[in-house]
Amino acid sequence: MSITPTNLRIVSTLKKHSMASLIEKGLRIDGRKLNEYREITIIPNYIAKAEGSAYVKVGGTVVIAGLKVGVGTPFPDTPNDGVITVNAEFVPFASPTFEPGPPDENAIELARVIDRSIRELRVVDLSKLAIIPGEKVYILWLDIYVFDHDGNLLDSSMLAAMTTLLTAKIPKAVVKEEKNVELNKEEKIPLPINNKVVTVTVGKVNNKLIIDPTVDEEQILECKLAVSISEDGRIAGMQKMSTGVFTEDEVLEAVKLAKEASKTLFAKINEALSKVQ
Amino acid sequence: MPILVQHRQIVVPGQLLAEGRDVEVKSQHTVYRVGDKLYSAVIGLAEVQNSRINVIALEGFYFPKVDDIVIGIIIDLGLTSWTVDIRAPYTAILHANDALNKPFNPLKDNLRRYFDVGDLLVAKISVFDRTRNPILTVRGKGLGKITKGKIVEIVPSRVPRLIGKKGSMINMIKEETRCQIVVGLNGRVWVVGPSPLHEEVAILAIKKVERETHTTGLTDRVRAFIREELKKRGLMS
Amino acid sequence: MKPEGLKLINEEGLRVDGRKPDELRPVVMEVGVLKNADGSAYVQQGNTKVIAAVYGPREIHPKHLTLPDRAILRTRYHMVPYSTDERKSPAPTRREIELSKVIREALESVIFVELYPRTTIDVFIEVIQADAGTRTAGIMAASLALADAGIPMRDLVAAVAVGKVDGQLVLDINQLEDEYGEADMPIAMMPSLGKIVLLQLNGVLTEEEFKQALQLAKKGIMKLYEYEQQALRKKYVEIKPEEV
Repeated sequence: MSITPTNLRIVSTLKKHSMASLIEKGLRIDGRKLNEYREITIIPNYIAKAEGSAYVKVGGTVVIAGLKVGVGTPFPDTPNDGVITVNAEFVPFASPTFEPGPPDENAIELARVIDRSIRELRVVDLSKLAIIPGEKVYILWLDIYVFDHDGNLLDSSMLAAMTTLLTAKIPKAVVKEEKNVELNKEEKIPLPINNKVVTVTVGKVNNKLIIDPTVDEEQILECKLAVSISEDGRIAGMQKMSTGVFTEDEVLEAVKLAKEASKTLFAKINEALSKVQ
Repeated sequence: MPILVQHRQIVVPGQLLAEGRDVEVKSQHTVYRVGDKLYSAVIGLAEVQNSRINVIALEGFYFPKVDDIVIGIIIDLGLTSWTVDIRAPYTAILHANDALNKPFNPLKDNLRRYFDVGDLLVAKISVFDRTRNPILTVRGKGLGKITKGKIVEIVPSRVPRLIGKKGSMINMIKEETRCQIVVGLNGRVWVVGPSPLHEEVAILAIKKVERETHTTGLTDRVRAFIREELKKRGLMS
Repeated sequence: MKPEGLKLINEEGLRVDGRKPDELRPVVMEVGVLKNADGSAYVQQGNTKVIAAVYGPREIHPKHLTLPDRAILRTRYHMVPYSTDERKSPAPTRREIELSKVIREALESVIFVELYPRTTIDVFIEVIQADAGTRTAGIMAASLALADAGIPMRDLVAAVAVGKVDGQLVLDINQLEDEYGEADMPIAMMPSLGKIVLLQLNGVLTEEEFKQALQLAKKGIMKLYEYEQQALRKKYVEIKPEEV
């Protein structure tokens, strides 16, 4: 059952008012433009034990994604494809409002939005991840962990997820007798990648649209729309992620804004990749 | 100032009722304004009078108001107060002091002796400000425990129709059925008649009014209906 | 994987169930279908069947779950085990948790929650037969049930999914189109006010396609909105004053 949250952080009315009136004038409390991201840091291969990983910091938000790989049976309806599972967790210390326990509806929604964008765009070429078609395939677990919450968890998590997939090296599968499969950790291959995707969350404050809201700004958003964009500029998923309403024009404007802002995010990913190679 | 609906037309949530600043709205929660436009917030009957518009909800729950007479049922009791269901979003509280004519000492006395769980009562809302639950009183004429007769429930928003203009509907039902009837504004109606058969007819009449709230010429039809039902039961020749 | 040779649009431009691309499935809507709930409704779109019920506004315990200035909303979207081809476990899936959330958020902006502080309004949606479009049928049933409960609201909610199948945009997708299509975009609106309350896209569209999809959805939504209004009025119009 989904319940209206009652444990929200209290932001003072004074601060809310000053944030909103600045946005009205096209400014942000931290000096940014409405369509500007905070400082973004991406560190690929942050966790050596994982087959792929990335540390992402957007403003004060910190997310680390990691990829682990195994061998398993494919889904009956896609016998010749590998399997990817996306999971997200907001650890309790990441915010005073987070509680220990299994992923809540926010974490589940975030993971599913990321999962859908990756899946629909065929970011990972799962058809190349069959080991014995119909019987044994690679299983990929992409785990996204939020360690510090300063707003815009989705865009940050998608950056971490995408960078992880792009830099992951998975052990080569070796088929032994009687169709036994072993993963050879000595010989690693890059994940087969078809495409890249980022997510840009657009928020609405008094009919103005902004991107990359801080945790305080999130308190004054009337509503927000997450738009996933592929590197070739197509829309690869959308999710209205809050209460409140959009007009049709606002939605179209949000998509344009997201498309434009996605270029910044792809540039950041590509810059991080160039340092790895 | 165009009003876009007819008098007594059925309207639904989101329906545009009128455009213009000079349209007067007489309504609690059932009509809302966006800029110059007035919309219905509920399924209801439009009431149009000159430049005035109102929507009477056809469905809905009872929302407490100070001085309303309601019929409640005791659902719990504590040391010095009862909790009373009044079919509202909030349960009501009846303090011992508002129920008894003498000081109440919880050490020597037990509330259960006066009202127990399941008991019905006619009460008045004495305090309600939305920040706390409504407070009831049973001190006053006609208030107190219900010990005989029958209770019938109707949709609370249809109570005004049951009462009728200046009590015309309910008085007619009382006269024709020879029953005493107390209408709680929370949609609980208490009927006491000369016999259970009389009470039965009164209840049928009340349910008919509830069902046909939105139709016209109701009073005459209900009168004829009552006479017919009384005849069927041999209560009238 | 789409089976070899499966065509979702035939040579005449018709869909697997014979519909035109911009045609809705047959709709049945009924209000006040349950005795106990404060409000209820049944919605059927093609082979998708949904019941929704509303309780409240009512008190909630423990009290710390309430808000001092408005009613809270509790929403559950749930598919019963026999609603699908393969039995669905009755326990809530991640999908159901997500859909419960997006439906709750959509309804929060529809209901005048500020009128009823410290209470809860409970909305329950049970999918009894699933053939795509369950969340959109569910949110329509929920909005009808809210109206039936007499809860003040800004508008009814009408909703539909636009899909992309065999490269073409189609209205109100069925299960086959959902399974093998390229995109699925559920959208819910308050039609009178022109406001979007729910929007999701599962799949890939260009900006231009998205614009067209919105237009197509709106066309379906206006039609469904009419059906909703009819269904609500029907409950009363049918009661004719009995002849005496």
